[in-house]
Amino acid sequence: MTMSKIKIVDLHKSFEGKPVLKGLNLEIEAGETMVIIGQSGSGKSVLLKHIIGIMKPDRGQVFIDGEEISALPDEEIMKLSRKFGMLFQGAALFDSMTVAENVAFGLRRHTRLSEDEVQQVVRTSLEQVGLRGVEHLLPYELSGGMKKRVGLARAIAYSPEIILYDEPTTGLDPIRADAINCLILELKKKLRVTSVVITHDMKTTYKVADRIAMLYDGRIIEIGKPEEIRHSASPVVQQFISGRAEGPITEW
Amino acid sequence: MEKQVWIPFFSSFFCQLGQVYDLALRGFRAIFQKPFEKKNFWQQLEEVGVNSLPVVSLTAAFGGLVFGLQTYLAFHRYIGPGSESQGGPIIAVGLCRELIPILVGLMVAGRVGSAMAAEIGTMKITEQIDALFSLGANPVKYLVAPRILASMIMVPCLTLYGDVIGIFGGYTYNVLLMKVNKTLYLQNTLKYFEMWDISVGLIKALVFGLVIAIVGCWQGMTAEGGAEGVGRATTKSVVVASITILIMNFFLSKILPADL
Repeated sequence: MTMSKIKIVDLHKSFEGKPVLKGLNLEIEAGETMVIIGQSGSGKSVLLKHIIGIMKPDRGQVFIDGEEISALPDEEIMKLSRKFGMLFQGAALFDSMTVAENVAFGLRRHTRLSEDEVQQVVRTSLEQVGLRGVEHLLPYELSGGMKKRVGLARAIAYSPEIILYDEPTTGLDPIRADAINCLILELKKKLRVTSVVITHDMKTTYKVADRIAMLYDGRIIEIGKPEEIRHSASPVVQQFISGRAEGPITEW
Repeated sequence: MEKQVWIPFFSSFFCQLGQVYDLALRGFRAIFQKPFEKKNFWQQLEEVGVNSLPVVSLTAAFGGLVFGLQTYLAFHRYIGPGSESQGGPIIAVGLCRELIPILVGLMVAGRVGSAMAAEIGTMKITEQIDALFSLGANPVKYLVAPRILASMIMVPCLTLYGDVIGIFGGYTYNVLLMKVNKTLYLQNTLKYFEMWDISVGLIKALVFGLVIAIVGCWQGMTAEGGAEGVGRATTKSVVVASITILIMNFFLSKILPADL
């Protein structure tokens, strides 16, 4: 049996007594793009932060390449963070640094490249996301879509094995959103990374997913290939993917 | 255990105390771990120290002046004209042991502690702290440790600087303005004023620096709820740090011996 890249077993997490994740199980294979769909506030971002080790579970385990990240002390998790690149919802660029410094940040910490090489990689990473000549700008001078692309360049600069996307297309116009979708597909092809995308945008979902998992009520209630999800028998899944207000999901 | 026992005030108080203790401990440990965040440390030295110079200069100067004024009046009224030169050592000791460390502590808490809470709080709510983590920089090491160290170095430095300005303020009022005998004033001051008096103030300043940085960072790191949350954290950092400084000052005065 081959080992999954990411394996989550019986994950529980609550905030101030309110349970968000209630025994979530999920396995993600190396090289695949897993899209996790679910309502806003259903705990998708929380799940992502458990995978990268920013949050620690109340109960349950998270394994990365067979290593239990949820049981490691912070210093060890920091070393493992080399494997991850994460695109944050609001891009989370460091606003005191220029674009180039932002993109170079992970590189300087995760690799031992010389300054010239760092600058070279910064340039190619930015080119990969379709940006040129913005190295010296500060984050507040960029548009929302550009910020996301810089955030993505920062995440891929040190060639991570796993890229986590937190709502990559939210807040972008349809054309920019599709450009980001194409980027996700391209990065997968070029870098052969494992990707985890969380979104509630069904267009993105169908375009980039190898498999889709639906998060509802703190658990993964259905998982499968896009076609399987499209023809799911579950009324909850059907309501979500067709975007109807009437149905079994009444909390919104 | 599913059900939590909820004692509103005390449980949250001790919970927060625990957070502060945990952050302080991790911050301190991070100071001694390689690699050292040199760039951030220099930046904070400048922010806490150099940029506070104007504020500290003004407060210390007027603190010294007014303290000189009251001491002059007291001697003039209660001991009698001619005894004002006895005020020199009282002004110097009072300033160095109490007034200047407190003034500097409160000023830095208002100027720098609040900025720490606001900056780190904004980073927290825009996920920049999580981004640091994902890019291999431990947020406590990257943000908290340099601030703690810089505050613990710079607040005593500012206090020493304030001491000089304050004493000069007292001298200005008594000798230059009120024409107290200069030789007697200086002689009295040098006779009774000791190095230990300065040291007590510097020890206090070291503790205040620590309090300011830890409270500011803690409020920032635990900020949540958007812009309003950051605002709250900023205000709270100033209030908590100022009160802690005033309370600790009394106990430090009590604990530290009067002379060596």
